Amino acid sequence: MPAVQETVERVRRIDVDQYRYGFETQIESDKAPKGLSEDTVRFISAKKNEPAWMLEWRLEAYRRWLTMTEPTWARVDYPKIDYQDIYYYSAPKPKKTLSSIDEIDPEILKTYEKLGIPLREVAILEGVEPPPGGPPSPSRKIAVDAVFDSVSVATTFQKELKAAGVIFMPISEAIREHPELVQKYLGTVVPTSDNYFATLNSAVFSDGSFVYVPPGVRCPMELSTYFRINERNTGQFERTLIIADKGSYVSYLEGCTAPQRDENQLHAAVVELVTLDDAEIKYSTVQNWYPGNSEGKGGIYNFVTKRGDCRGKNSKISWTQVETGSAITWKYPSCILRGDNSSGEFYSIAISNGYQQVDSGTKMIHLGKNTSSRIISKGIAAGRSQNTYRGLVSAHRKATGARNYTACDSLLIGDKCGAHTVPYVEAKNSSATFEHEATTSKISEDVLFYCIQRGLSQEEAVGLVVNGFVKDVLQQLPMEFAVEAQKLISISLEGSVG
Amino acid sequence: MSLLEVKDLQVRVEEREILHGLSLTVNPGEVHAIMGPNGSGKSTLSHVIAGKPGYEVTGGQILFKGEDLLEMAPNERAAKGVFLAFQYPVEIPGVTTWNFLHAALNAQRKARGEDEISSPAFLRKVREVAKSLNIPQDMLKRGVNVGFSGGEKKRNEILQMALFEPAVCILDEMDSGLDIDALRIAADGVNALRSPERAMVVITHYQRLLNYIVPDVVHVMSKGRVVKSGGKELALELEESGYAQFEDAA
Ligand SMILES: Nc1ncnc2c1ncn2[C@@H]1O[C@H](COP(=O)(O)OP(=O)(O)O)[C@@H](O)[C@H]1O
Ligand SMILES: [Mg+2]
Repeated sequence: MPAVQETVERVRRIDVDQYRYGFETQIESDKAPKGLSEDTVRFISAKKNEPAWMLEWRLEAYRRWLTMTEPTWARVDYPKIDYQDIYYYSAPKPKKTLSSIDEIDPEILKTYEKLGIPLREVAILEGVEPPPGGPPSPSRKIAVDAVFDSVSVATTFQKELKAAGVIFMPISEAIREHPELVQKYLGTVVPTSDNYFATLNSAVFSDGSFVYVPPGVRCPMELSTYFRINERNTGQFERTLIIADKGSYVSYLEGCTAPQRDENQLHAAVVELVTLDDAEIKYSTVQNWYPGNSEGKGGIYNFVTKRGDCRGKNSKISWTQVETGSAITWKYPSCILRGDNSSGEFYSIAISNGYQQVDSGTKMIHLGKNTSSRIISKGIAAGRSQNTYRGLVSAHRKATGARNYTACDSLLIGDKCGAHTVPYVEAKNSSATFEHEATTSKISEDVLFYCIQRGLSQEEAVGLVVNGFVKDVLQQLPMEFAVEAQKLISISLEGSVG
Repeated sequence: MSLLEVKDLQVRVEEREILHGLSLTVNPGEVHAIMGPNGSGKSTLSHVIAGKPGYEVTGGQILFKGEDLLEMAPNERAAKGVFLAFQYPVEIPGVTTWNFLHAALNAQRKARGEDEISSPAFLRKVREVAKSLNIPQDMLKRGVNVGFSGGEKKRNEILQMALFEPAVCILDEMDSGLDIDALRIAADGVNALRSPERAMVVITHYQRLLNYIVPDVVHVMSKGRVVKSGGKELALELEESGYAQFEDAA
C-alpha cells in the first residue's frame, strides 16, 4: 500500500480510544434545571451572588438573543441544536467555601493531574528539553485558573500576582470585587448584541477568567486557564476579560479538554482583550476538545467569539492558536486596530481529522493610522474533514499607512478531506498595503518514504513533516505549550496515543 | 554468508514489468558498481531493496544476511542496516537536519532494542561525523535539504550514512548534478566509510565516478537485467565502447 494511502487508512481508524483526555470524573454537581429561560439566567446570576446590574445586563442579552437566528454562513454542517436540551449551569458541589487549594475536591485535583495541569503551586515545569546547544530552559512559573464545567475551581499564585498588582481571578469574583473595572470593560469589545453565540454567552456565561494588569507592569509569570467540560449535556459558556493598562504586558495561555461523549456538547465562549497605550497581550490557545469518534458521532461544537481591541496607541495583541479538537470549530480571533501604530497578529494551526469541520480565521480591522497586522495560518486536513480558513482584512478610510501580510498554507493528507481559503479584503484608502499568499499542498509520498528509509515509522514521519509545516506558528507559543502542542499534533493525526 | 543476495528478481510497476529476473550477490567489504543507461531499472532496483511502496515483486527474492528482506517493513530494513542514498534527496521544510537525524537515529536504535541517544550525546556525535566529512555545522541547523546545493544534498546523504553505520549502502547516481570538486568530496566521504564489514552498491550512469570510488565488481544493466559482470576494467571498457553493444544482449 502506498505510504499516503496507509496514513489515510490509519487516520480513518482513529477512534474514541485515542482521545487521551476522554475520562469522566465522578463528583456530585449542582445543576440548573435543563433549558433556557429568564429563570435560567436569574438562577445563574443568583448562584454567583451577582449585583443587580449584572443580572440586568444578562437579561438584556437574553431578550436580544430571542430575536436572533443562528448564523449559517460558515462552511460547517450540523443538526439543529436544541437549546432547551442543555444544562446551562453545572458546578461541582462544594463542601464549603474554599479558601485554599487544599480544600478543592481531591477528585477534581486528580482530574487536573491527569490532564497534566499544575494546579498545585509547583514552580518548575519539567520535561522540557532545551534546544540543542542552547541554554537549558529557565524554570518558569505559570499561574493557573481552572474552570470545571461552569465554575472556576482554583487560581494559583495569588500572592505573587497581588504583589505585582496584577488581578487574576475568576470573572464571577471580579464582578463582586472589582465591579468598576468589569463594568468599564465588559462587553466593550464584543457587545452583547454581537452575534448569536456571543449574545447567548452574555446571557448565561457562568465563569471564566478576569485579568487586569496595571500601568507599566510586566506580569511576572504566564497566566493560564484550563477549561474542562465534565457534566453530561452541559454547555460551557465561559467569559474571559483581559485588560492590559498603559505600558503593561501579559502572556495568557488557555487549554481545553472534554471527556468522550456520544452526544454533542455546546461550547460558546467569549474572550475580550483590551490593550491601552503601549500595552501588549499575547494570548495562546491549545484547544483539544473531544472531536467525536471515527463515525463522526459526538464531539464538541465550539462556537467561540474572541476579539481584541488595541484601544491605545502603539499597543499590540497577538493571538496564537493550536486547534486540534472539537467536532465543529467556528472561531475567528480578531483584532481591532484602533490606536495609531497598533499591531495585531494571528498565528494559527488548525488540524482536522475524521469528520471534524473547522471554519476558523481572523479579522484584522485597521482603524488607526500606521497600523499593521500579520496573519500566518496553517491548516491541516486529514480523514474526511473539512478545513476552512476565513479571514477579513479591512482598512478604514482614516487608516492611512495600514499594512497587512497574510500567508495561508494548507496541507492535505489523503483525498477525502478538503481545505478551503476564503480571504476577504477591503481597503477604503489607497495607502494601505495588503499582501496575501496562499498555498495548498499534499503530503508527498517521496518525503514520507525518505523519512521511513531513515528508520522512522509511518506515523513518526507524518508527525515530523506536519510539525515542520507548522513550525512558524509553533515558535510563537511559550515553550511549555509548544512541546505539548507538538505532541498533540502528532496524536491527533496519527492515532498513536503516546 | 553473503550480505545481500538478489535472486531472479522480477518487479512490476503499474502492470508493466521493469525488472525481468535480476540477480546480484554482494559480500561484506565489497564495493559493487551497477552501470547502465537511463531507464534500465537501476533506481527501481534500489527502491525495491529499500522497500519503497508502489512496486510489485512478482518473482524472485532478496536476502539480507540470509533473512527475507521483502518481508520487512522499510523502516525495519533501515534499522537492520540497509541504507539508500537517494538520487534526488527530498526537502523537508521546517524540520532541522539535526532534529531529523536525531529522530531517525533514535527510531533505528529503538527498533534494535537499544537505548535512545540523548540530545547532548547525539549532538557530540553528529558534530564529530560532520567534521570528519568537512560538513559545516550550520548545515545541521537548516531545514533538511532546504536550499541546499546539489553537492550539499549529496553530502548530507553521506553524513547520514556515516551516522547510521549501515551494513549495506546503496548509492543511487551520487554523481548526478555534481561538478568535479563536489564529486571528489563526496567520493572521499564514501571511501572513508569502506570497511571489511560493510558493502556498497554504487549505481551510476557514468564511469567517471568509478575513478574516485574504485569498485571490486562492475555490473552492466540493460532493460531490467544484469547483462554482464566483471572487474573494475569493465567500467573502462564501457567508457570506450558505450552501452549500445549490450542493447542486443538484453
Ligand atoms: N513509478 C513509475 N511508474 C511508471 N514507470 C516507472 C516508474 N518508475 C520507473 N518506471 C519505469 O521503469 C523503467 C526503469 O526506470 P528506473 O528504475 O528509474 O531506471 P534508471 O534508474 O536506470 O534510469 C523506466 O522505463 C521508467 O519509465
Ligand atoms: Mg535512476
